[in-house]
Amino acid sequence: MTTLYTSDHEWLRIEGDVATIGITDYAQTQLGDVVFVELPKVGRTLKKAEAAAVVESVKAASDVYAPISGEVLEVNDALAAEPALVNSDAAGKAWFFKMKIADKNELGGLMDEAAYKAHTA
Amino acid sequence: MLARDQSELKRTPLHALHLARGGKMVPFAGYEMPVQYPAGVLKEHLHTRSHAGLFDVSHMGQIALRPKSGKVADAALALERLVPQDIVGIAPGRQRYAQFTNQDGGILDDLMAANFGDHLFLVVNAACKAEDEAHLRKHLSDACDIDSLEGRALIALQGPKAESALAKICADAASMKFMDAGPRRVGDFDCFVSRSGYTGEDGFEISVPAAQAEALVTRLLDNPDVLPIGLGARDSLRLEAGLCLYGHDIDTTTTPVEAALEWSVQKSRRKDGARAGGFPGADKILGQFEHGAPRRRVGLKAQGRAPVREGAPLFADSTSGEAIGKVTSGGFGPSLNAPVAMGYLPTSLSRIGTTVFAEVRGQRLPLAVAATPFVPNTYKR
Repeated sequence: MTTLYTSDHEWLRIEGDVATIGITDYAQTQLGDVVFVELPKVGRTLKKAEAAAVVESVKAASDVYAPISGEVLEVNDALAAEPALVNSDAAGKAWFFKMKIADKNELGGLMDEAAYKAHTA
Repeated sequence: MLARDQSELKRTPLHALHLARGGKMVPFAGYEMPVQYPAGVLKEHLHTRSHAGLFDVSHMGQIALRPKSGKVADAALALERLVPQDIVGIAPGRQRYAQFTNQDGGILDDLMAANFGDHLFLVVNAACKAEDEAHLRKHLSDACDIDSLEGRALIALQGPKAESALAKICADAASMKFMDAGPRRVGDFDCFVSRSGYTGEDGFEISVPAAQAEALVTRLLDNPDVLPIGLGARDSLRLEAGLCLYGHDIDTTTTPVEAALEWSVQKSRRKDGARAGGFPGADKILGQFEHGAPRRRVGLKAQGRAPVREGAPLFADSTSGEAIGKVTSGGFGPSLNAPVAMGYLPTSLSRIGTTVFAEVRGQRLPLAVAATPFVPNTYKR
């Protein structure tokens, strides 16, 4: 299992040909108290960099972009009932959605943990 | 209105204090202001409603109108040339909400006007203050000296614990009623205090000489009931209170009648009143009082959880093509734990309970026209 990061502050946990996607702890700190999360429909095919989800704080709405291309396999319905999970456990319980990885080559452009830490330093 | 980089931004006398308390600074109306502190918008909002919040509003304009005749009534009569409010009728030690109107009946700015006995004291919006001052000089210089009080800070202390917090250092605080205003001794300082604010809570606004602002604020923040609050929570608090934000809910294209601010126009300035009309746009505004306005500002409550934000177009039903209005303020109301918004609708669709639809990310979300304030106000009348 590998965890990769985007410059837009998303994380991807890679297990076989499935990627679980969420936003980083750094991102949730920047957003502040999350009050609403909108997730993509299961079965939707996302293109890399397409707006896939929306996360809203009291202040503002922010798009979450698909970090890679692929079909949405599952979404985290717990976030609808408890959006504050994004603040309390961004890297764990507050995963957003799972995708079937369409093209493993797209993973090459992502950062590992050390590179992401340098990116947010 | 936003300066291009932080170096062009002005700072308030409380800038260092904001930084010391971890304020996240953002550009706002030409100033570098705290949008939030480490507690965050949600906690700051809730703390203001349950205890007390302290806001730096020093970016707002403070202006003294001093009558050349020495009689405050002459300054009041002069100001009535520019606003549809009864200014003459403001008793000494009282203040009133007002609007500067333009020839089309639109709103140039909204303001507070207080009678300080020998002069009037005005508080205007930061983004409009230069234009407001020029407007006053152009139209009132025959009757008044217009004195921009640049050397003063302005703070708001709001919430159910505001009275007890201020009473520790201001003997008169507890005896003041909503919209009382005037010079008061606060601690060792000569301040102007009004029992008012813009959160829907009981509270005070305190004008203090800039050099003493930090000492006063530090003293108030020594009280564990009082937390510093940023612009983020100031906005969510005023939205829940159903209060207009200039440049968003009201502007040069909205009249006081369209903005549902009829309550702020006293009988003496309406048709058949003692001083009817005589302000810019009077024909249009008084005509709307008699015959109604084509559109109206309303409160909107979402039926779902998704916040509906400023700019979202409004539709009569879930499929029609033509927008009938738009959202002018919207977000999440922490005290309601639900989304809230305000916007303009055709008057025929402005009745409470009417369902309309906002378009958000391509979807039509149902909203119900709702009474404001969304959260009951707690003014001490």
